[in-house]
Amino acid sequence: MLSLPKNFETFNDARKKSFMALYEAKQRGKKVVGVFCSYTPLELVYAAGAISVGLCGKSEQGIPEAEAHLPKTLCPLIKASYGMALTDQCPFFYFSDGILAETTCDGKKKMYELMSKFKPVHVMNLPQGRDQALALDAWTEEVKLAAKFLEGLFSVEITPEKLHDAIVYRNKVRRAIVDIYETAKLKPSPVSGYEISTIAESADFHFTDDDLVAKLQRTAKDLRERVRTGADGRPRVLITGCPNAGVRDKIIKTLEELGADYVCADNCAGPRTQKFMVDENSEPYRAIAERYLKINCSVMTPNTTRFDDIRELVKEYRADGVIEIVLHGCHTFAVEAFTVMNMVQNELGLPYMRLDTDFSQSDKGQIETRLGAFIEMMSAAA
Amino acid sequence: MVYAGIDIGSTAAKGVLLNEAKTEILARKLMPSGWNSRQTAEELHTWLLSLGHSREDLRIIATGYGRVSVPYADKTLTEITCHGKGAAFLGGGDLTVIDIGGQDTKVIVLTGGRVTDFVMNDKCSAGTGKFLEVMANRMGLGLDEFFAMAETGREVKISSMCTVFAESEIVSLMGLGTPREDIACGAVGSVVSKVSALVNRKSPSGKYYLTGGFCEAGFLVRKLGEVLGAEVITSPDGRFAGAIGAALLG
Ligand code: SF4
Ligand code: SF4
Repeated sequence: MLSLPKNFETFNDARKKSFMALYEAKQRGKKVVGVFCSYTPLELVYAAGAISVGLCGKSEQGIPEAEAHLPKTLCPLIKASYGMALTDQCPFFYFSDGILAETTCDGKKKMYELMSKFKPVHVMNLPQGRDQALALDAWTEEVKLAAKFLEGLFSVEITPEKLHDAIVYRNKVRRAIVDIYETAKLKPSPVSGYEISTIAESADFHFTDDDLVAKLQRTAKDLRERVRTGADGRPRVLITGCPNAGVRDKIIKTLEELGADYVCADNCAGPRTQKFMVDENSEPYRAIAERYLKINCSVMTPNTTRFDDIRELVKEYRADGVIEIVLHGCHTFAVEAFTVMNMVQNELGLPYMRLDTDFSQSDKGQIETRLGAFIEMMSAAA
Repeated sequence: MVYAGIDIGSTAAKGVLLNEAKTEILARKLMPSGWNSRQTAEELHTWLLSLGHSREDLRIIATGYGRVSVPYADKTLTEITCHGKGAAFLGGGDLTVIDIGGQDTKVIVLTGGRVTDFVMNDKCSAGTGKFLEVMANRMGLGLDEFFAMAETGREVKISSMCTVFAESEIVSLMGLGTPREDIACGAVGSVVSKVSALVNRKSPSGKYYLTGGFCEAGFLVRKLGEVLGAEVITSPDGRFAGAIGAALLG
C-alpha cells in the first residue's frame, strides 16, 4: 500500500530525505491533506486528525511536463504545482491522501479538474466577493461540505470539540508566525527578509511530533535578539502581489544582496493574511468562514481592503518603496497592479516598481538591473 | 579632483571626463564595446590616464551593462540612474528620458532632477537599437545610409515584433520588389511605435529627451515626436548621457 514512488532512486539526497521523513510519518499513521491556497480552512484538516501540506510549486521543476497538459501561457505557479504532482516528484503531493482545493482563479480551478484524475480532490466554491449576496452564508456551507469530505476521506467525525481545539491551535500558530514577521518592524531589521520568509513558510511542512508553536516562538525570540551590523541605512522594501516563493532566489535574494531589506510581505503568506484570527467563541463553522473570507486576494472583487492593508503595512514596517511581483499569466494581480501603482506613487508618495516574471532564470540579468536601479531610486529619495 | 564616467553598453562604450565643478565636459571617448568588455574597459582606462590627470586625482564611476568589467572603478551604478542624471544635465531636470540602447530601451521619468519612475522593455529586442541594426544589415546598409533611405521612403507596415521574424518579413518584402526605402521607413516606424508604447506605460511629463546612439538620427527623432505628439529634444552628447550621469554622481 504505502510505497515510495517508482522514480525514487533518481532523486537527489535532499528530495530523498523529505520523501523519507514523510514516509515515516505516514507509517506512524499520519493522514495528510494537500492544500494550495490561503483560503483553505486548515482548521478542518486538523480537526479531522490530519496534517496539511502546502503544495504550491516553487521552481521550474515539473513545468515542462505540465505543459503537455496545460497551456504554456498559464501562471507558472499552477503549472509547477501540477507538474510536480503529475511526475511524482513532490513528496507532499505523493503522500497526500486527498486535496482540499478552492475556486480562486480560473487557471487553478480548471487545473483541479485535471488533478482529480489522479488524486481525490474536493473543490470548495469560494465566493468572488465578500459583499455579494449570501457570500458568508454560502461560504459557511462550503466549509461544512469540506468538513464532510474530510470525514468521508478518513472515516472520522469532526466533533465540535475537535473543531474548537483546531481553531485554538491554528490561531496560536498564526500568532507565532506574525511574531516572526514582526521582527522586521525593527529598524534596522535584525534579520534578512529572505530568512524570515523561509522560516515562516516552513511552518507549512510540519509533520513531526514536536510542538510547532513552541518552535516558532523560540525562533521569533532568537531572531529578535539577533544583532546585525552594517544594516543601517539600507532601504526597506515591501513586496506585494503574487505569491513569491517561486522567485525567492531570483528577486528577494538579489534585492538583499544589492543592499536593500525585504521587510514586509504583502501577499497571502504574509502578515496581512496571518493576522486574521478565527473567533474562538462563536459557532465554529461560521467563525471559520468569516475569518477566511477576510483574506485580501486579487481574486476577490472588489478587493478594496487590500489597499487599506498596504497603507497600514507600509506605515508599520516603515517601507521606503514597494515592489509588486506579477507572475506571467496572473490576470487578477496584473490588473490590480495599476491601482496599486497609483496608490503607492500618488497617495503614499513612494517609489513603486512592478516586476513581471516567472520561475525561469532567463530574465535574471534584467531583474538585477531593475532592482539595482530601484534601490538607487529609493536611496536618493531617502 | 576631476570626475570620469565610463558607460559600457552592449554595443558602444563611452567615456567622459568632467571638470572639478562638474559643469563642463573636458573629454569624450566613444568606441565599440567589442566582444570583450574587460579589454574595452582597459582601453578606456588608458585613454583616461592619457588626459593629464594622475589616478589619485580621478574619481571613476562605471555604469552600463558592462560595469562589472571595470575593475578600476571607484563605484558602479545602474544605467537607469546614470542616464537620468545625464539627461537632467543635458536637458533639464523635469522631463521623460527615452534611451534607445543596443539591447534594451528604457523610459525614465525625472522630477526635479531625480529619477522617480522608470520602465524597461521586456526580454526581447523589439524596439531597441539591435532591431534596426539587424534590419540595416539584412539590407546591406550601414546605419547612416539606412536612416537616409528611410527618410525618403513611404512606410510599409512590418508586423512582426520579434527581430528574427521581422528579418524574414523584410526578406519577403524585398522579394516582392518593395523599395528598400519603404522597408527602412517601416523598420523605423516599428521601433518608434514600440518605444512610444513603452512611454505610454508611464505618465510622461510631455517633455522628452532622447539619449543613446540614435541621438543624431534626425528622422527617428522626428518620427518619435510625431507619434508622441510632443517635441523630442536631444543633442550629439545624448549618447554620452550615461557616462555623464556616472561622472556627475562621482
Ligand atoms: S494569491 Fe490568492 S489565490 Fe493565490 S494562493 Fe494566495 S490567496 Fe490563494
Ligand atoms: S498567482 Fe495568480 S494566476 Fe497564479 S495561482 Fe495565484 S491567483 Fe492564480
